Amino acid sequence: MRVLRDLLRDYRFAVSFTVLCLLLIMAILSAFSPYDPTFWWHAARDLRPSWTHFLGTSAKGQDIFWQATYAVRNSLIISVIAGTVSRVIAVLVGMVAGYRGRLTDRVLMFISDSFLVMPLFLIIVLLAMLVRERMNLVNLGLLLAFFGWAWDARVIRSQILSLREREFTLTAVLSGTKTMKLVMKEYLPFAAPLIFSTLINNMAWAIGMEITLAILGLSNMDIPTLGTMLQWAISYQALLLGQWWWLLTPVVLAIFLFIALYWLSVSISEYLDPRTRIQRVGAK
Amino acid sequence: MNGVMPSTVLRAEQLKAFYILDAFGTEKIVKAVNGVSVQIRENEVYGIAGESGCGKTTLLKALYSAIEPPLRLMGGRVFYVRDGEEIDVYSLSKEEKRRLRWEYISYVPQGSMSVLNPVKKLKDSYSDFLESHVAGKTRRDTLAIARRHLHELGLPPKVLDAYPHQLSGGMRQRVTIALAALLGPRIMIADEPTTALDVVVQRGVIQLFKSIQESLKNTIVLVTHDMGVHANVADRIGIMYAGVMIEESTVERVFEEPLHPYTQYLINSLPKFGDKSVRESAPGSPPSLANLPSGCPFHPRCPHAMDVCLQEMPEVVDVGENHRVACWLVEGGGDGRAA
Amino acid sequence: MDALLEIRNLRKDFAFGSLLSRLRITAVDDVSFDVMPAEIFALAGESGCGKTTTARLILGFEEPTSGSIRHKGDENGRPKKREKVWFTQGVQAIFQNPFETFNPLRRVERYLFETVRNYGLTKNGTKADKLIDEMLKAVGLRLEEVSGRYPSEFSGGQLQRISIARSLLTNPSLLIADEPVSMVDASIRMSIVNLFRQLRDELGVSVIYITHDLATAYYVCDRIAIMFRGHVVEMGGVENVLMAPKHPYTKLLRESIPEADPKKRWKESVSLTDIEHEEYLRKGCRFAGRCPKVMDVCRENVPPEFTVDGVLVKCFLYDEELMTQTKRSEVPDDAE
Repeated sequence: MRVLRDLLRDYRFAVSFTVLCLLLIMAILSAFSPYDPTFWWHAARDLRPSWTHFLGTSAKGQDIFWQATYAVRNSLIISVIAGTVSRVIAVLVGMVAGYRGRLTDRVLMFISDSFLVMPLFLIIVLLAMLVRERMNLVNLGLLLAFFGWAWDARVIRSQILSLREREFTLTAVLSGTKTMKLVMKEYLPFAAPLIFSTLINNMAWAIGMEITLAILGLSNMDIPTLGTMLQWAISYQALLLGQWWWLLTPVVLAIFLFIALYWLSVSISEYLDPRTRIQRVGAK
Repeated sequence: MNGVMPSTVLRAEQLKAFYILDAFGTEKIVKAVNGVSVQIRENEVYGIAGESGCGKTTLLKALYSAIEPPLRLMGGRVFYVRDGEEIDVYSLSKEEKRRLRWEYISYVPQGSMSVLNPVKKLKDSYSDFLESHVAGKTRRDTLAIARRHLHELGLPPKVLDAYPHQLSGGMRQRVTIALAALLGPRIMIADEPTTALDVVVQRGVIQLFKSIQESLKNTIVLVTHDMGVHANVADRIGIMYAGVMIEESTVERVFEEPLHPYTQYLINSLPKFGDKSVRESAPGSPPSLANLPSGCPFHPRCPHAMDVCLQEMPEVVDVGENHRVACWLVEGGGDGRAA
Repeated sequence: MDALLEIRNLRKDFAFGSLLSRLRITAVDDVSFDVMPAEIFALAGESGCGKTTTARLILGFEEPTSGSIRHKGDENGRPKKREKVWFTQGVQAIFQNPFETFNPLRRVERYLFETVRNYGLTKNGTKADKLIDEMLKAVGLRLEEVSGRYPSEFSGGQLQRISIARSLLTNPSLLIADEPVSMVDASIRMSIVNLFRQLRDELGVSVIYITHDLATAYYVCDRIAIMFRGHVVEMGGVENVLMAPKHPYTKLLRESIPEADPKKRWKESVSLTDIEHEEYLRKGCRFAGRCPKVMDVCRENVPPEFTVDGVLVKCFLYDEELMTQTKRSEVPDDAE
């Protein structure tokens, strides 16, 4: 694809794309894991990395490599759910508020601002404590989504406000295009880089939140995620015992994931930026 | 205009200035000024006409030696004539150029807000300006000079106490022009000074240029696409098309006997009061400066295009009576009527 | 109703400022005019005169503060929700900046196809292609030239033509053109202006041509209304108004146009005032501050309309009773 080729010219995209592909492969590998991640003691404990166990084993007797595949998969699932659902809400709220204006705008922005002002972290912690037992991947994703849309809704709204004043809006109106279709067809291409980069940022935030909740002991510890892996390692004193393979695996994976997501977001949003897109359209 | 041998004050020789752009791996070369030679005289108003994208703004920048990347000087030279001596502008150091600016040659860009400091009152801008060019004057002196200058030009001196945003667009423009004329430069270059101004205000701006030229007896190079403005204020006009100067003559001859087919189309398409007969434009549209046709850039639209027009760029021919044309239809010398 | 469009006593106020200091500017003040079928009517004036606001009011993008706008076929007065006037009354518009008229990230032909679909002109895909192709041919282009390309790949003139083609698809009876050629290259301007003449002659379309360029207005329009600070100060046939201007402002405007003829250079200087926004807030005639023939009555009252030689003028100089009174009470002055 020409788009892919253009993007790969940017080293940031190339590196992040590769890293994410590798992580995705890891996540897919989890389907082939010989061990069930919820069982303990399927291997000898505290083994250093070797050929049979690439990243060693944990104090719970679990192969760290295969745990990690599940951890990556689950963290990605949480962040994708959180990111996409919150995008959908943010886009809908932002676009409707921006285009309709007046009362609709004020009501929606009031709601959005309330979410911004609330101490999100405390509320998430509270809710997590309440539903800890029934917390699974999807629920956690939805919980994070519910709190992650407010900021971006306002950003999208302000972009819509400025686009509304441009003449092509009038042309579309005179062409008979109705509101919803107009907003989707005319404004979405402009909002795309914004939406995309906030998606990635939101995903990174979700992963971070997940890890934080896990370390606070508020997650369901049976489900392997980057956060829970880290939490188990900490609670089993992996640092003191020098079990660097157990501790570093989730940490290094998380760092790679964050950097990759960041670079991806930056390079793609630069590519999608309407100003550079317009240049490219003519150049061919 | 001088009756006797008019002497040159600014000269350009085969000037070439291109924009080299690089977007996502594809290189684009915009040939904005593609071999322009021109001689501008003392004590005249020289108009440069042409539509958007013909390179006239770039030509001004090149004449003022304000060339910065992605614009690059690809060839040719520019000379200023000062006290009988020719100065090759592009061989000067930055400091020497700085000293020439505003005292010998000044530039009024499109959009006056880029010259005036928006957070300073005009009197401060004027005083700062004077202080950086003329030594040994107190604040009161500079203010007095500024007031007198504005008064002489027919502008109300009370504008000095205002901020730029408090003035209307037209007044700002005139104040900027007055600032450019403050040190009595021998050459003033103005880029589209009347665009976006209302008709009556436009007239005020043009009158200002005229009165400056009459009192300083200097040279004004005025770039605008509005032929009406040229008709009213220019002594000689140069017509630019696709980076080349295709015709140059006195204002009367350009309007009454244009020789280049493009100029002919241009003059004939201007609406005139009292005449409702049909007017025609040139067919097609101007070429992109990044993708010029071969030979003469006008040939795709020219009804008289010949084979040679597609192959070679016509040379500039002097047909006498202060009239120069770059067109294969025009034989050198004599009457210069199309064959 | 014979007229295509009937505007009576139209007024639009805009309020600025905070709760503490509200400034009210009347952008359009007591404007009345008719537009007949198959005529090109110019709304001319300098910036800030209210011509663009009037256009927006006609199109329904703004609500008038008072006054009426009636289209032919709109017999019961204005319908409540006016934003669909292009659907119901066959009114379309063309804008000044051809590069802003279309979304730079979308292919231009999308707008043409969307117009066809939204107005239900045809459901058949091939018929739609044909319809659009014919309309583009009428403005000097072809569908295959336009297909698949983005606005940045066209010149200003071409985009303006496409904009005109799009607006003609719905077979409008009235076209509102807001400075349609001011951003188009001079060498092709006339071909687009001539298009408007063609539309009037061949399709019977009426055009409200908004401009500050009186020379082009003279060339293409049949009737013209000169606006100044929200008022129509003079209105009539373009030959009368522009060749024999009556209102002092029209005279000033006409004289200040730089004519493309070196023999017709200006001889006198004009003096400029710098009190634009004050002119809006005047009690009487808005031009009183600059008028060479101003009288006391001008400062107090807005002049009513007088008809002189078939031209409507809003100026006390044409109030016959007043002028005869003044002449009797004054020492005879220089002849006017």
